[in-house]
Amino acid sequence: MNTPGPQAVRIDVRRLLRDTLAPLRPNLVTRPTGRAVRDAIERCLKGAGGAPFVSLIDLTRVPVLDFSCADEVVARLLVKYQTPDRPLDAFFLFRAAGDAHRHTVDAVLGRHDLAAVCDLGDGCCHLLGTASEDEGVAWRTLERRRRIAPGGLAPVLGDRGDAVLARLAERRLVFRGLNGTSLALSAVASHRAHT
Amino acid sequence: MPPSVQPPPATPLPGASEMRVIEIPRSLDYRNIESLYDQLDPATAGPVLFDARRLRWIDPNGMLCLLAAGQVAAKAGSAPRISLPDQPEVTGYLDRMGFSEAARRVFEFGTGSRWRRRPGPSDVLLEVTPVTRNSDVHEVVERVQARAGAILSNTLKYPASAVVQFSVILSEVCQNIIEHAEGPGWVAAQAYNWKRRLGRQVAVIAVADIGRGFCASLEDEHAARFGERWGDVAALEAAFLLGLTRFPDTGRGQGIQQIRKQVARWDGLMSIRSGTARIADTPGWSSKPPIEEGLRVFPGAQINIILPERIG
Repeated sequence: MNTPGPQAVRIDVRRLLRDTLAPLRPNLVTRPTGRAVRDAIERCLKGAGGAPFVSLIDLTRVPVLDFSCADEVVARLLVKYQTPDRPLDAFFLFRAAGDAHRHTVDAVLGRHDLAAVCDLGDGCCHLLGTASEDEGVAWRTLERRRRIAPGGLAPVLGDRGDAVLARLAERRLVFRGLNGTSLALSAVASHRAHT
Repeated sequence: MPPSVQPPPATPLPGASEMRVIEIPRSLDYRNIESLYDQLDPATAGPVLFDARRLRWIDPNGMLCLLAAGQVAAKAGSAPRISLPDQPEVTGYLDRMGFSEAARRVFEFGTGSRWRRRPGPSDVLLEVTPVTRNSDVHEVVERVQARAGAILSNTLKYPASAVVQFSVILSEVCQNIIEHAEGPGWVAAQAYNWKRRLGRQVAVIAVADIGRGFCASLEDEHAARFGERWGDVAALEAAFLLGLTRFPDTGRGQGIQQIRKQVARWDGLMSIRSGTARIADTPGWSSKPPIEEGLRVFPGAQINIILPERIG
């Protein structure tokens, strides 16, 4: 019954900063820093190959994340990988440091009309940014169940269920297998992550 | 540093008759900063003396305004000079705030100057710091992170997490200089006890540059849609209220918007002066109007943020 799911790649942004960009700069501030970090993340992703995968972007060891930098690292990264001509079949899940990052990430996503799955370290993932009520309900249900087969959302959203899950997959907020089964990104990341 | 005795009238300075003298008032902060701008004429060249002998009280806005005014005078072709405050505790405070160090790069000093090099670590929230590059923003954020926690939580009674939001505010206002002013600027912050004025402690953040200003920065992208209304007020409204920037791509212009939200959450005041106008988010405790226009023209932009102690 198991659907083959994507692999997961974990990227520790603090380590990325230390090793490749600015060894003495612990914070994600300023737009040029954000651009450089986004480029470095994309270089890391290139090694992931052509199959779909979930990229777990870990921001938890970054003390300060400002809006300009978050716009570059989070929002513009998602924008690029939402287009049909995306360079890789990547999905993104962000790990952030609680409320300190939550507000910033939520604000920059909202500005672009985007949403992202975010682990805020409180034991569950959250859908930040812009999402409709149906999308929110479907995403939270999938997050609880971890996987939902076609038709499995009917008790919650009726006939709309599959369409809403398809829309979430289109927005890269859930992974949808060839047989139509939807997988929560957090479920993929927790089982298949490697750095 | 409350004023105690009325000082005698300042005696004329040697050589002052040959130069324009700009009188620095006894007290110079965000409330009366226009008294300094009113004495300036950015277009006039010739020697200028900033007479600060009677100065008894100055906040970060006053310090940065003095530096900016000196820089403007220097750009106009004069060699600006500054006379020191008479009171040693005032010069000591300016030393601790890093003003004297920054002033060395702007003003000429006479012999026997009493300015000193800034001593080691102090209780200053953020000394007067030049901002010209992105690395300066990183340094400001790192310095504040190391110091602001105790002041924000013990003095202003903010939650422990406030140091991150405070750092983000500083980062965004400093980037405003680099991205929009296209010229150098300064930032400074300090906490004060506004016992008589507000009955509370406050943190004051000041940012100033003498770059293009909001009107020139936004003109190419936005002037047409405002038509005849375009000017300093319209440009400030566009940036401050609507989040417009000179960059056409989505995602820009969030800095000021998000700072406004955070400052409002802390019941603070935020104002931006640019060109001949000032726009502000004014909390209930402030009598500042939301818009001032027809002010004396001054280049660049000057941002003032006041965060009061949390009560209740």
